[in-house]
Amino acid sequence: MNAPEKKIGAPMNRVDGRQKVTGAAKYSAEYELPNMAYAVLVGSTVTKGRLSSIDTKDAERAPGVLAVITHLNAPKAPGVKPTGKDPSQPQTVGSALQVFMDDKIRFNDQPIAVVVANTLERARFAARLVRAQYAKEKHQTNLEANKANAFLPTQAKKNPKSPAADYQRGEVDAYKTGALKLEAEYVIPTEVHHPMELQAITAHWEAPDRLTLYDKTQGTMATRRDFARQWGLPEENVKVIATYVGGAFGNALHSWPHESAAIIAAKVVNRPVKLMLTREQMFTMVGYRPHTWQKIGMSATADGKITAITHESIGQTSTYEEFVEATLGQTKMMYQSPNLTTRYRLAALDVGSPIWMRGPGEATGAFALESAMDEMAFLLNIDPMEFRLRNYTDQDPEKNRPWSSKFLKECYQAGAQRVGWNKRQLKPGSLRDGEWFIGYGMGVGTFGAHRGSSKASAQLLPDGTVLLQSAVTDIGPGTGTAMTQIAADTLGLPPEKIRFEWGNSDFAQAPTQGGSAIVNTVGPAVQEVCMALKDKLRELAATSNGAFATAKKEDVSFADNHLTLAGNSTARATYADLVRQAGGKAVTVESKPSGEGQKFSMYSFSVHFAEVRVHELTGEVRVSKLISCADAGTIINEKTAGNQMKGGAVGGIGMALMEHAIIDDRFGRYVTKDLADYHVPVHADSPAIEVFFVNQPDPYVNQLGTKGIGEIATIGVAPAIANAVFNATGKRVRELPITPDKLV
Amino acid sequence: MATNHEPDVPANHNENRRTFLKQSSLLTALALVPGPVVSAAEAKLDERVAEAIEQIPLSLKVNGKKLKLKVEPRTTLLDLLRENLHLTGTKKGCDYGQCGACTVHVDGQRVNSCLSFAVMHDGQEITTIEGLAEGDKLHPMQEAFVKHDGFQCGYCTPGQIMSAVACVREGHAGSETEIREYMSGNICRCGAYSNIVAAIQDVKSGGQKV
Repeated sequence: MNAPEKKIGAPMNRVDGRQKVTGAAKYSAEYELPNMAYAVLVGSTVTKGRLSSIDTKDAERAPGVLAVITHLNAPKAPGVKPTGKDPSQPQTVGSALQVFMDDKIRFNDQPIAVVVANTLERARFAARLVRAQYAKEKHQTNLEANKANAFLPTQAKKNPKSPAADYQRGEVDAYKTGALKLEAEYVIPTEVHHPMELQAITAHWEAPDRLTLYDKTQGTMATRRDFARQWGLPEENVKVIATYVGGAFGNALHSWPHESAAIIAAKVVNRPVKLMLTREQMFTMVGYRPHTWQKIGMSATADGKITAITHESIGQTSTYEEFVEATLGQTKMMYQSPNLTTRYRLAALDVGSPIWMRGPGEATGAFALESAMDEMAFLLNIDPMEFRLRNYTDQDPEKNRPWSSKFLKECYQAGAQRVGWNKRQLKPGSLRDGEWFIGYGMGVGTFGAHRGSSKASAQLLPDGTVLLQSAVTDIGPGTGTAMTQIAADTLGLPPEKIRFEWGNSDFAQAPTQGGSAIVNTVGPAVQEVCMALKDKLRELAATSNGAFATAKKEDVSFADNHLTLAGNSTARATYADLVRQAGGKAVTVESKPSGEGQKFSMYSFSVHFAEVRVHELTGEVRVSKLISCADAGTIINEKTAGNQMKGGAVGGIGMALMEHAIIDDRFGRYVTKDLADYHVPVHADSPAIEVFFVNQPDPYVNQLGTKGIGEIATIGVAPAIANAVFNATGKRVRELPITPDKLV
Repeated sequence: MATNHEPDVPANHNENRRTFLKQSSLLTALALVPGPVVSAAEAKLDERVAEAIEQIPLSLKVNGKKLKLKVEPRTTLLDLLRENLHLTGTKKGCDYGQCGACTVHVDGQRVNSCLSFAVMHDGQEITTIEGLAEGDKLHPMQEAFVKHDGFQCGYCTPGQIMSAVACVREGHAGSETEIREYMSGNICRCGAYSNIVAAIQDVKSGGQKV
């Protein structure tokens, strides 16, 4: 018998493709439960202060209304900690803001009431009848005006080794004495995740102490943990189902006010309650990429060696939670600078809390760093790729450790060749096509190749299918498909014989999907549980056929409803017997990273090359080519991984050219409140994006050789476009997005 | 002190609704509103009455099936599909006609179902993503989306597919640029645009009936 074709690396179609193209895939607001009620939130119309009165009488009297819940009548969950008691506590995976617990207003549109009715229309109408009066206080929503009050995050104060602490190698601010130096400020506005699925939850108290949530979350376990704690329940009494998640990009890493509101509402009306946010509410209460100011000082020698970098950052956070991200991480390790200083600060404003948005802080930081690299190359009159190569790091200059793997040079070459880098001119504005200026730019990205611990379970079913289960979610990257491929190769079964189930907190424990860590973490667990299952089945087979007792795992295979042994045609055990012997029990394993990683610095790397066309009269920017190249270790599925890279690049186009959430500081309220005001890339904004993978396994992250894709797909795209715009026009835009008004 | 602004909601809407019922009964529709309804309104039982008479009869053909329904006039076509008919393949992404996730075909034309009230479609034929395949056999556009991986999270996908089918039928799939222009009403935040365009081009060049 021929060895089955390897599935790892094959461009397999998604296992859930049919569900998604037929409308059969059910998202969190699409479960039918008996006697469902609908909830609609009422938000504060002021930004800071106290609720002095709230009148719910008319809303309560409106047709179909079952309850109107405010801080005056909400049941108190026993495990809830008061909002903002200690903002420095790391709450970013739990719910930092507790709804209906007090009369304090901390940001505009903060939920002050939830209206529950028997139809959506009635709930929506009645929500408009709730009247509130406020004792207003003066609010602060402007980052620029509050930079002077920026502070070192508490975690950095407590722990000088925290990544958020000030970092130093060589001399402090040494760039200031450099012969050739630049100093520039870069600003990223608030950007909002805006997955196409609005944040939604269906909450169902199946018994007074048993809660089931159909929730848009990236982590079924984290959500379960959080709400079990809030309601003082054992974790196993809370079930979180998130089979399909309609995009998230980070905004479902947190528990949010609407989730608590729906759970409270379901408790009060004693019916399942469905709550879906409006697009407007998606701006105000479910996180965003924080508005961030950065400053870079850089010095270099005339032959293009960086001598010093200082990178400072101030990001906005809320008054009740210190949101910290790794804005300055890439600067510490990407280039060989003997002197390096970083300072990370936060400014607390009267806004909802931020949350990591795809590529998170690293994408923000890379905009500044990679723009500054381009600026310095221009000062030195050196090609920007050549300048990066002269400062390339063969080992991690931050931790003084070797890389577990690094194929970034290969990415440079592949991308440069594909975009036509040789056409690029050092002098900006040199290339044009009629009324369009043409320019080329590049931007580098990196993200830690993280691996955590995870469990997975596997079970042989009577029809010869292997059922695998994991609590992990699949928010779009194709986790279910990748895991099926890993299992198929490990078991030697065709993918059709594998059923991987995910997105349920009752399944084997797995981490939250985020930080590009899922294939790194859950992949090995799936591989190991498949090996354990094979071995378990071999053991069971050995009870009736001695040949299995001494057989090697790799000789065991599945064929024609039997477990068989290579080179022994009499060794056969039927699935039916094995299933009966197993007694319906699944095999579960836990997979953990080895200690070996400590010796290495483990990162994924990417470089993005952009060709842009800028109209000389209108300042319109068109991205005409975008090449994204990644060293992400082994690629499990070129089709889905390539799609993920393309998607990250589209996100980068949005970041570079259009995304900008604007608050009117007089009122502290967003004026961009829908997708007509807040622009995200549409079909016409995206070129046909080309992807290149080095596809070399990393020897240390895990046994599969993967490093992670999700974040590096976005990190470095925005500066590649900004640098291309400079190359096209000679105009350096340091404040995103690059809208036409900044170019004409 | 500040208050919530609600310019279009009268201070006492219940009072107002009673007034409306009385006026409408007197001025325009005495013959249409049954006597007991008027007296019920006057007896301040109006909310129950309102509940009954606010249901408007509606005939629709949805995915080939004839339906006789009663709906509130303020129910959007999207909410009718999702909440009343449990056809949740049609997605809600913005409720303002800006994202295209709710795209369905009405009498063969692609429309944003969030932008119209259900009662405006009396007698019309609605096709949703659930009505595109023929039994187990996927529509060629659905096949092409799977083959080209024209999605990630899958939430915008039904709308993209309904729009893509219409785009080809309208004759707006002549080139990559034309497809990108005529598909721009359907946002994919995962950014699978390149693959969606490839799927549409494949169907267009495959010459299958769409």
